[in-house]
Amino acid sequence: MSQTFTLDGQSIPFADGQTILQAATAAGVFIPHLCYHPEFKPHGSCKLCTVKINGRQTASCTMRAIPGMSVESDTEEINAERRALLQMLFVEGNHFCPACEQSGNCQLQATAYRLGMMSPHFDHFFPSRAVDASHPDTLLDFNRCILCSLCVRASRDVDGKNVFALSGRGIRTRLIVNAKSGRLADTDFSPTDKAAEVCPVGVFLKKRRGFVVPIGERRYDKAPIGAAAEEV
Amino acid sequence: MNAPAKKLKVATTSLAGCFGCHMSFLDIDERLFTLLDHIEFDRSPLTDIKTCSPDCDIGIIEGGLCNAENVHVLREFRKNCKTLIAIGACAINGGLPAQRNHLPLTVILEEVYHTSPGLANGMVPNDPELPLPLNQVHPIHEVVKVDYFIPGCPPSGDAIWKVLTDLLAGREPQLGHGLMHYD
Repeated sequence: MSQTFTLDGQSIPFADGQTILQAATAAGVFIPHLCYHPEFKPHGSCKLCTVKINGRQTASCTMRAIPGMSVESDTEEINAERRALLQMLFVEGNHFCPACEQSGNCQLQATAYRLGMMSPHFDHFFPSRAVDASHPDTLLDFNRCILCSLCVRASRDVDGKNVFALSGRGIRTRLIVNAKSGRLADTDFSPTDKAAEVCPVGVFLKKRRGFVVPIGERRYDKAPIGAAAEEV
Repeated sequence: MNAPAKKLKVATTSLAGCFGCHMSFLDIDERLFTLLDHIEFDRSPLTDIKTCSPDCDIGIIEGGLCNAENVHVLREFRKNCKTLIAIGACAINGGLPAQRNHLPLTVILEEVYHTSPGLANGMVPNDPELPLPLNQVHPIHEVVKVDYFIPGCPPSGDAIWKVLTDLLAGREPQLGHGLMHYD
């Protein structure tokens, strides 16, 4: 790995084919992200990982590193845009953290903490979205879905089940369950599926396990998101 | 902190809230005495003063907007307070009361006053003194400009203390990890 690029003035080594986000993570530099997961092909949809390269913005999860490129990430300008994206994600869904079992383990919430999102800023949509409680072990709460497609990719590429899909376009895009009834109970989904584990928010909730770890003692209560990456 | 020449006037209220944020405010415990060297309370449940003085420095709003009176009080605070702070989840995103937002108001009133088990000859209250409910519960920033936000359900006494002392010292309030909570 003799090739390098600079990220906020720091020299980052990379291997051929690595994206900016992959190389930064390997070098212990955290770039906020939600729809990216190291085990899956990048989707490039949440735009939280946006960086500025030679004056132009691009998603660092899909952009391959090029020798000598100059990348800005942790700047006030980029972080303000990331906060605005987070605020839009919060108002588009129903994100009521005090009543959410995922609170404290939620990447969306933890990223908002890290970037100092003090308010939702925009007007709330308060969409009406039904939950799917049909499955005996897993509750799907679509109110929190941010359409990252990680469960879609995990179910298709790892579980080999194709249980989930994004349906519709634009503001009407929504997560659907691949069954004639549209219910999770009528699929071969299992709570041990990869799809159940990759959700960055709180759509997949294990029944009867919600408060085994109390609020205040959860993952991002203990350390901010990205802290583990920065210890590399 | 050195005591200033003139104490800042602070007004507080709970709109569609549960007073949990006010209880958490009291969790600053004996620091309240230090605070009182720097501020005096104007309209607040702590003083039972019913209207804001026109020269309040800081207004602290708990709770969102679920009825017409909430909107009226919020506008009074905005008009009379130089700096407005939204405190707690309900003021910031509607919180628990906003869980009714996907249901039509008439359906809710029907269920609460007419069709719930055990109700006989129930009627929807319509006394002219009762403020009319809004169709949906709204966070306060959707109606007035809000200067600062203290998230949490409730925010800890330490988080409230941090924001107030930052403001009193003329600093931009910063919560940081541990004090910044939405839950």
